[in-house]
Formats: sequence, C-alpha cells, structure tokens
Amino acid sequence: METAFTPIASLTGGILIGLSAVSLMLLRGRIMGATGVLAGVLLPASRYDWTWRFLLLIGMFVGPWVYLLLAGQLPTIQVPASTPLLLLGGFLVGVGVTLGSGCTSGHGVCGMARLSPRSFAATGTFMLTTGLTVYVIRHMIGA
Amino acid sequence: MRHILTFLTGILFGTGISLSGMANPAKVINFFDITGTWDPSLAFVMGGAVIVTFIGYRLVFRRQAPVFEPSFDLPQNRRLDARLLTGAGIFGVGWGIAGFCPGGALPALGTLNADVVVFVVALIAGMLVTRVMSDRAAARTDTAQPAE
Repeated sequence: METAFTPIASLTGGILIGLSAVSLMLLRGRIMGATGVLAGVLLPASRYDWTWRFLLLIGMFVGPWVYLLLAGQLPTIQVPASTPLLLLGGFLVGVGVTLGSGCTSGHGVCGMARLSPRSFAATGTFMLTTGLTVYVIRHMIGA
Repeated sequence: MRHILTFLTGILFGTGISLSGMANPAKVINFFDITGTWDPSLAFVMGGAVIVTFIGYRLVFRRQAPVFEPSFDLPQNRRLDARLLTGAGIFGVGWGIAGFCPGGALPALGTLNADVVVFVVALIAGMLVTRVMSDRAAARTDTAQPAE
C-alpha cells in the first residue's frame, strides 16, 4: 500500500507535537508521553494525577476534529494489518511500552530532547525492531 | 485556567499527530519499508518534534518551576537495563505489526475508527497484564528479601 510523501504536513505536524510537549513541561512540568498519559488515566496514583492526564487525553481525541476543520476531512487511517494481527500488535505494544517505560512520544521525542541515555537506547532499539518486523512481514512472509 | 490550558495542550498534540501522518499505520509502516514502498515523511515528524522540544525545554528549564506546579517532575533513572531494552524491543515488534504507536492511536481514537478501537483495547490489555505481572514479581522479591 503506497502512501504519498508529505514533508510539509509531516514537519508541521511534528512542530505542533513538539510545541505540545513544551507546553506540558511549561504548564505542568511533565513529560508528554502517550504511554504515561494512558497508564495514568487507567491506573492513577491519585485523583490529582488522573485529572491532568484525563484532560490531556480528551484533548487528544479532539485533535482529529480540529484537523477536519483545517483540512476538510478527518485524518486518513489505512490499516494494512488484519484484525488478529492488529490485536497481536496492540498487545505487544502494551507489554513493550509498560516494560520499557515509554513509546515514540515519551522516549523518541521528549526523552531524546532531554538527551536522556535511556531514551536514546530505547528509541534506537524500537526503531530497529520495528524495521526488522516490517521487513520480515513485507519481504519474507510477504503479507 | 490550568485545566483549560492542559486540555488545549492535548488538542495541540492530537492535531499535530493528525497532520503528521502518525495516525496512519500505512504511512508508519512505509517509513520502515526502505526496501519497498518507502515514504520518508515520518523523519520530518520526528525531526520537527525533537528540535522544537529540544529548544523549548531549554527555555522552559530557565524557570525555577512550571507555571501550575511546585516543581518539574522528570524521570531521574539514567541506568540502561534489560527491562528497558526488552520492553523497547517488544514495543517495536508490535509497532511493526500493527503500525500504530500509542501516540498515534490515542488521537485517532477520537474518530471512533473500528480498527483503532481494536488496537487500543489490545494495547490496554497488554499494559494491564504487564503491570499486574510486574507488581506480582515485585511483591515476590520484597517478601524474599530479609527486612532491614
């Protein structure tokens, strides 16, 4: 399934993601990590911890609708994986981000921007295993 | 005010994800498919996000504290351990299979797309199972060690 190269939209989107990470640090002093936000809403340490993460999560849900106002359509979501593979992939992501204490946003953006050695190691590791997995699925299994 | 601004920060993140293409698994998988239908767009997402965050954090950290909290709450652990690398490795395998990462999927969940709902249910299951098992492992280790 081919997708169009979108450097301007992707760079602009990346800048907005960066601005939101900076905004959260300025306002609340916290790392913008999707894993931490979701985990903190599901299993909050305290009511106070729950509230800011819940507000952030609800805001995230609104994002695609703001995009609809700007672009005239909801963001494109094309899923090459079958439902069983989507379930397997989702479960593995859940296990991995919990053990690894973060994902693309927490480690890949915020952690690398803080020059955290753990985040560099985590990001290098998951970029590598993601690439290998895609290679195996696309070019060895041929799915 | 702090609630409204936190909510707006979430909207900013969700809009950025929507615009960037990170909510589209086909685009994510194509970024990693260098020998196939390669789409380098996501390098621009990561590049833009990391550069803005790198500069922005440096400006923010000139302050003694965040606007609405008494102090910054930053991860202090700097040790590279097997748990971190194993977790990151497993996350990558799942990301490669599904094409969604948590930051891409959570804003996309706002559209109630059925595939996203399936992914997020499995994501939550994986998170909860891992949390329960590591809590149990921690409890076993605690009871096995002599009291100090």
